[in-house]
Amino acid sequence: MALPSDGAICFVNTSQGRRLDLFEYQGKQLFARHGIPVPRGEVADTPEAARAAAERIGGKVVVKAQVQIGGRGKAGGIQLADTPEEAEAHARKILGMDIRGHIVHTVWIEAASEIAKEYYASVTFDRGEKKPLVMLSAAGGMDIEEVARTRPEALATVHIDPLTGFQAHHARWLVYHAAIDQGAQQGVVKILQQLYQAFTELDTMLVEINPLIWTASGDVVALDAKVTIDNNALYRHPELLEMQQSVTEDPQERLAQEKGVTYVKLDGDVGILGNGAGLVMSTLDVVALAGGRPANFLDAGGGSKADEVVAALEVLLSDPKVKVLLVNIFGGITRCDEVATGLLTALDKLGATLPIVVRLDGTNEDEGRRIIAEQAPANVVVEATMLSAAKRAVELAQGVEA
Amino acid sequence: MSILVDKNTKLVVQGITGREGAFHATRNKAYGTNVVAGVTPGKAGQDVEGIPVFNTVRDAVEETGANTAMVFVPPRFATDALYEAIESGVDLIICITEGIPAHDMMQVYTHLRRGNQTLIGPNCPGIISPGRASVGIMPTQVFNPGRVGLVSRSGTLTYQISKELAALGIGQSSVVGIGGDPVVGSSFIDIVTRFDADPETDLIVMVGEIGGNEEEKAAEFIAANVSTPVVSYIAGFQAPPGKQMGHAGAIITGSSGTAQGKKEALEAKGVRVGTNPTEVAELAQQALAAQ
Repeated sequence: MALPSDGAICFVNTSQGRRLDLFEYQGKQLFARHGIPVPRGEVADTPEAARAAAERIGGKVVVKAQVQIGGRGKAGGIQLADTPEEAEAHARKILGMDIRGHIVHTVWIEAASEIAKEYYASVTFDRGEKKPLVMLSAAGGMDIEEVARTRPEALATVHIDPLTGFQAHHARWLVYHAAIDQGAQQGVVKILQQLYQAFTELDTMLVEINPLIWTASGDVVALDAKVTIDNNALYRHPELLEMQQSVTEDPQERLAQEKGVTYVKLDGDVGILGNGAGLVMSTLDVVALAGGRPANFLDAGGGSKADEVVAALEVLLSDPKVKVLLVNIFGGITRCDEVATGLLTALDKLGATLPIVVRLDGTNEDEGRRIIAEQAPANVVVEATMLSAAKRAVELAQGVEA
Repeated sequence: MSILVDKNTKLVVQGITGREGAFHATRNKAYGTNVVAGVTPGKAGQDVEGIPVFNTVRDAVEETGANTAMVFVPPRFATDALYEAIESGVDLIICITEGIPAHDMMQVYTHLRRGNQTLIGPNCPGIISPGRASVGIMPTQVFNPGRVGLVSRSGTLTYQISKELAALGIGQSSVVGIGGDPVVGSSFIDIVTRFDADPETDLIVMVGEIGGNEEEKAAEFIAANVSTPVVSYIAGFQAPPGKQMGHAGAIITGSSGTAQGKKEALEAKGVRVGTNPTEVAELAQQALAAQ
């Protein structure tokens, strides 16, 4: 089997095509639109709403924490309720829960299913092969990664030619090789076709159902939904753009999204603004090597104009932990004079007085440095190299601390 | 010599009348690149600083004999521009555009691999063979003619390392930005192979970053097939491990994708890895001195 590697690093968001993980309930809404059977359910953000939802659904329900991280079942974020009262009590415990750093703000209440068998199905983008990869196993559930490691033969996989797409023979091959129970085969084939269709039509990088269940009454149903979207394609999916708005939690990250800036919050005190994901990552590394702690990753992007620099600084300065700013620009398509102008405009507008260390190189560098030298306030210092700028910023941050 | 672009390059720029297209096509020409044509639908007959504009790439190729296309078209039209470039028959396509959907690029890549044209990018800074030709958006002042072949996934980091090399008096045969997207036309292995075959490249500097496993695959390939010495730099040691929703990535992943994992994979195959851009230049200097 080919060895793609994907998704393990959140900086994938910034350096290799931005992507977005949806909540389970959003994924299920999308699945339902593509004809994939999902249990009936409703979203709730208070215990009372959870109870009302359970009453409307009727019978036994499952209360499920909505977080963008795996392992919520093991963390107690999924509970079965026999009555609406019980659903309310579970929701009270789950709402506000911290699951591996993710706070639960909403729960999904859905009709409980009678599970006969748990399967696993997914379509993912295989970076190594540069093709979609469809995977199916009759051994789904929480231990699927363990199954894949110890019994790889239990996981059927097939690469799809993106120009000709997923054919019925691919589905048959998967179903036979994954040894899906005979009574469930037809339902699984249909779902695989719908799942692939959802994968391409929604421009996703991953659609995953774990578990895909075969119920006691003989239906095949998606009990979970994991959907990761390619942000580069959001322009042709306005409905997904709306989902994205509701997913981002951190206030700085939300502001960054509104401003169109690529930003990841970290926990240090040296705020970093650079251009190009590689250089920004390198800047974080160099700050750390100099003994400092980066407060964030911020890529102002290729071709940053003055307005974008203003937006980037607004995001950075909204983080109260930032003591010093390090601006590290190497202009290619970005022009240093525009960065310098943006910096001055932002300082003027935001009235920032914290120390700012600036390093400008590349396209229109002389003009950029001249603008800073002639017009910048006293809290802006210019350093000639990336290493010296990082060192200076770390010293200043430590000085501020003392 | 050099790789991919040189004095024989005859460049057509797709999207030449846009702000960035015009700015960089003009700069490429000023550097000495033979920019023979530009393309913007509906603007045939105009010119950009003396570069004639055509309606289609095919017209431009037929009229001027262009053999290389550079794509400067906005993301939602870039896929079409790439197919147009492929069908025009040019040997080399360099796509600067950032933000092309991955599904579109999977299809372009699959189509491209059925023929024998070369695609660099997308989301890349282009290629420069110092003193010969520059195709793309690189700030040319940091590059000097020399004997180091530089290949990188990151544009700005390429400039940074080239500047560090310049400070030590080291120049390049060619510098290739392969692009940072999940689907790019050429991999580290493709470019390292070309540098290894170039008699004027004495040392290869490979600049990687977190994500994917192209660096790990290149490490294996270098150990088995490449006789030119290689030094490397990897960015992203401070990148925090991120959230992972699904199992699919973990199930099929052969590598962690982390900077540390890549560094170890390269060092295990005898490739020295610098901890910062300055140190990489020093490693390059030592490796050249040892020859």
